Amino acid sequence: MSGPSLMDSLFQRSLEDLIKGLRQQLIGEQAFISKSLEEIRKEIKSTDLSTKSTALLKLSYLSNLHFHDMSFAAFPALEVLSSPRFSHKKIAYQAISLSFHDSTPVLLLITNHLRKDLNSTNEFEVSLSLQCLSRIANVDLARDLTPEVFTLLSSNKLYVRKRAVAVVLRVFEKYPDSVRVCFKRLVENLENSDPQILSAVVGVFAELACKDPRSYLPLAPEFYKILVDSKNNWVSIKVLKIFSKLAPLEPRLAKRVVEPICDLMRNTGAKSLLFECIRTVVTSLCENESAVRLAVGKVREFLVDEDPNLKYLGLQALRIVAEKHLWAVSENKEVVIKSLSNADPNIKIESLRLVMAMVSEHNVSEISRVLVNYALKSDPVFCNEILGSILSTCSRNLYEIIVDFDWYVSLLGEMSRIPHCQMGDEIENQLIDVGLRVKDVRPELVRVARDLLIDPALLGNSFLHGVLSAAAWASGEYVEFSRNPLELVEALLQPRTNLLPPSIRAIYIQSAFKVLVFCLHTCFMRGKNIAPSASLDNMPAGVSASASYESFEDFSVENGADAAVVHDQTCASAPITKESIVNILNLVELALGPLLGSHDVEVQERARNLLGFVDLTKPGILNSSIQEKEDSEGKGVETSKIIKLMHDAFSKELGPVSSSAQGKVSLPDGLVLKENLGDLEMICGDIEPPSSNSFSFGSPYEEEKDGLSFSNLQIKEANEQSNESTSLLAEHRKRHGLYYLPSGKSEIISNDYPPANDPTLQGDINDNTDDLVKLTAESLVPKRKPNHGKPRPVVVKLDEVDEKPVARKQPESRDDSLSGAVRDILFGSEDIPPTSSQSNLSNSSKRKGKEKLHTDPHMESKESAVGDGNSSSRRRKDRSQGKERRHRSPRKKDDKERKDTGQKEKKKGSGRHKSRQRAEEPLKVPAQTPVIPDFLL
Amino acid sequence: MIHFVLLISRQGKVRLTKWYLPYSQKERTKVIRELGGVILSRGPKLCNFVDWRGFKVVYKRYASLYFCMCIDQDDNELEVLEIIHHFVEILDRYFGSVCELDLIFNFHKAYYILDELLLAGELQESSKKTVARLIAAQVFCLMEPCCFSGFTFQ
Repeated sequence: MSGPSLMDSLFQRSLEDLIKGLRQQLIGEQAFISKSLEEIRKEIKSTDLSTKSTALLKLSYLSNLHFHDMSFAAFPALEVLSSPRFSHKKIAYQAISLSFHDSTPVLLLITNHLRKDLNSTNEFEVSLSLQCLSRIANVDLARDLTPEVFTLLSSNKLYVRKRAVAVVLRVFEKYPDSVRVCFKRLVENLENSDPQILSAVVGVFAELACKDPRSYLPLAPEFYKILVDSKNNWVSIKVLKIFSKLAPLEPRLAKRVVEPICDLMRNTGAKSLLFECIRTVVTSLCENESAVRLAVGKVREFLVDEDPNLKYLGLQALRIVAEKHLWAVSENKEVVIKSLSNADPNIKIESLRLVMAMVSEHNVSEISRVLVNYALKSDPVFCNEILGSILSTCSRNLYEIIVDFDWYVSLLGEMSRIPHCQMGDEIENQLIDVGLRVKDVRPELVRVARDLLIDPALLGNSFLHGVLSAAAWASGEYVEFSRNPLELVEALLQPRTNLLPPSIRAIYIQSAFKVLVFCLHTCFMRGKNIAPSASLDNMPAGVSASASYESFEDFSVENGADAAVVHDQTCASAPITKESIVNILNLVELALGPLLGSHDVEVQERARNLLGFVDLTKPGILNSSIQEKEDSEGKGVETSKIIKLMHDAFSKELGPVSSSAQGKVSLPDGLVLKENLGDLEMICGDIEPPSSNSFSFGSPYEEEKDGLSFSNLQIKEANEQSNESTSLLAEHRKRHGLYYLPSGKSEIISNDYPPANDPTLQGDINDNTDDLVKLTAESLVPKRKPNHGKPRPVVVKLDEVDEKPVARKQPESRDDSLSGAVRDILFGSEDIPPTSSQSNLSNSSKRKGKEKLHTDPHMESKESAVGDGNSSSRRRKDRSQGKERRHRSPRKKDDKERKDTGQKEKKKGSGRHKSRQRAEEPLKVPAQTPVIPDFLL
Repeated sequence: MIHFVLLISRQGKVRLTKWYLPYSQKERTKVIRELGGVILSRGPKLCNFVDWRGFKVVYKRYASLYFCMCIDQDDNELEVLEIIHHFVEILDRYFGSVCELDLIFNFHKAYYILDELLLAGELQESSKKTVARLIAAQVFCLMEPCCFSGFTFQ
């Protein structure tokens, strides 16, 4: 040892010095740490193992708690590992398991160190080595050290043995072939009387069974014995875990274990064990009615407990039950609904899921109402959680639980007005989707859309822009159902639309275009029909109205209904006069003029289209309105032609497009698909391609009649609403005098509107959850068939695409090498050589590439004998096989055969003989399920 | 199985970490930052379970220290709470009414105790007495050779 390094080691800081220094440093933590790291780098190069190990210890500390890289110390760690001293070894192992990973370069060098320590006589050294192996094992290490671990599995030191058992799981995972060597010994340990070892073994099997339960069915008798005999709760929990995986695979096993599990549930005082029993019953034994009843009873105890943990777990268990036994939820609905207002967000979300599980077609509207009201006063996160779950539940399977779509659409509108709502995109999708699929809902959809569009406050909320674009689209597309199209144009062009992103603004303009065309068309068609007899202003109903014509809203409110019924069948209840048309045309020019210079091409182009149309038609309209003489007829005809043309262009109905539609289109010659069309997507993203079955020109009129009758039905109510919203619009106009002035393009409009649905204004919302309970108490029970006012409207479904491809695939048992190896051991290595190929058919088909072992099972046992090379262990194995044989092997074939013949034999004595005889006959049907010993039957 | 064990102080300082699956150093910092944020912000009377990246994290606060364990989705939360309590009791017995400072200055000992308790993410020893005995035996093992070297392992 050289001088300086001696000095170094004498004055080296210990770990304690480091920790103290770190707490008292004045130079800043990071600076202190990097200074210490420098020291450590120097010290770790020392030849003195004590210095080196102390440096390594300090480094592990810094790495563990301050996450500093210690990969540079990989080799020094190995050097310390080779020290004979236990203290050094311990430090080295700690450092290695902290920092080594699969790509550590010196990993190759550690094998011999580990082997040496695994063979050590000091049980603590063995334990350290095992611990390290469990953490850093890779394929090579697992393969090379399998013999050592195998030996330790039957070590007479319990401390070592149980650690080896725990580590064997990692070895199996990394190197599945080790199963062939170690599995028998692992199984032997299942019969150990020591609870610690038993706990370790059962833990290993619980992990293994999670991955591939089927392979472990043959061990069911052993597990059953443990379940019945165990007095140790840790063990019982693990065994229950195993059974919850095995029971679904084998109904007879489920019947067998249900009794002991119920006994445990009744008698245990430990909540953790009780919960595991409950979970096992509700996940795996849910066919057994009485067990489920008992479990639900216990869940109830959890739910009413003060402890939030138990409450949470109870709700979770209830959610698992809900899939098959909905009654369990309805029985506990008060608790569930009360939990909605729990302080704990986790509990709230669980109970929300449960409430949604109770939703059916009978109570969907009541539950949604309660939840939406509740969402209004919840915190933003939970509010959106509620909205999201309502949306997803209602839209499930193409809105299968929705009967009243008018209600649903208005609910969507209402949800988007909730202040915290961030589900705009989903609401947007559903509004359009419902509109496309359900014809009957369109009038209501347009009404909802109008209410949304007309409210200037909503434009300031960026989360709602999606909803607004859907509303704009719907009002343009289904404008024929609108009661006041002119108002729509105004709403679509209001100045605050400049708060919208360009893509949505373009939709607004396009919709305004559609609505305008519709207005003009209506006006012109009517003008043509009526003009010969009397002009519009001379009509009896119109006279009084025209006197007070300043605001046509008044007119529409008072006379709208009459006007619609009397004059015009095109459903526009507000009469469209020439003056109003001209006003609107002026408004369009005013609003869109500035947009001609917009930087967004889409907005610019649409604005140009609309303005071009206005330019084309305006002179005609002006002339006809001023002169009303025959000489303008020529021009008027031309204008009406244009209008009719445009109207026809827009009147084709858009239908839902199946997502596979594109695939059905054959590829035209000369089309290069490889070309990048990504740019097009941005431009065309919001254009829906028309469906192939377009409707003829006449069809809209048929629908309009429906719409009309609808509007007659609801006219009174609607009038009130339109009163309210038109006054809103009027107020808005008053506030913004510049509404009728050209607004500068860059002008930013102040965002000082009150939030759309100010919770403080919602005085009438019941604020306590007791009311909430009362509200739903009746609604949750589907007691009677509600008399729906009208039958459920048709929901358009597309051929095969909308039917969600239900995953019918059975979860295939993972056929990885690990389970393959386990199967080999449990099914394949019986001493009886297979008399015919079919007795092993089901197994061998799954084990490709391992045929050699099946064709000669003797050889395999020989192989494993060579593998352990230990005569005593060989004897032990034989004994255990003999034991197994006692209650298993002789009837192995019987079992298989019995299953093949349909499990007819119930009686044991005679049935056994019979089946044995039959077993000699060649079997046609291959065995399907693995063997379960008779013991369980 | 248990994926990792974390001890975090109320101020967000990490007091002990143990990883039973390979996490890179970067992932470790990220995990701690994420979980620290979630767990420390939860109020005192809420349940002790947090859903996190498809796993469950069970935590419990003892005085100023949060003990957290990350487990699989189908593991038993209450069992893990008991394991945490078991660990705390053993620490308490070993240090004599344990406090955060004990763990700060005897970081490596807490680490060794945890190693006796858990192995490969599973509970190894459910008897407090046995763990105490094993730790004592190992400390003896540690002390013996150190007497000659002049280096004392504290």
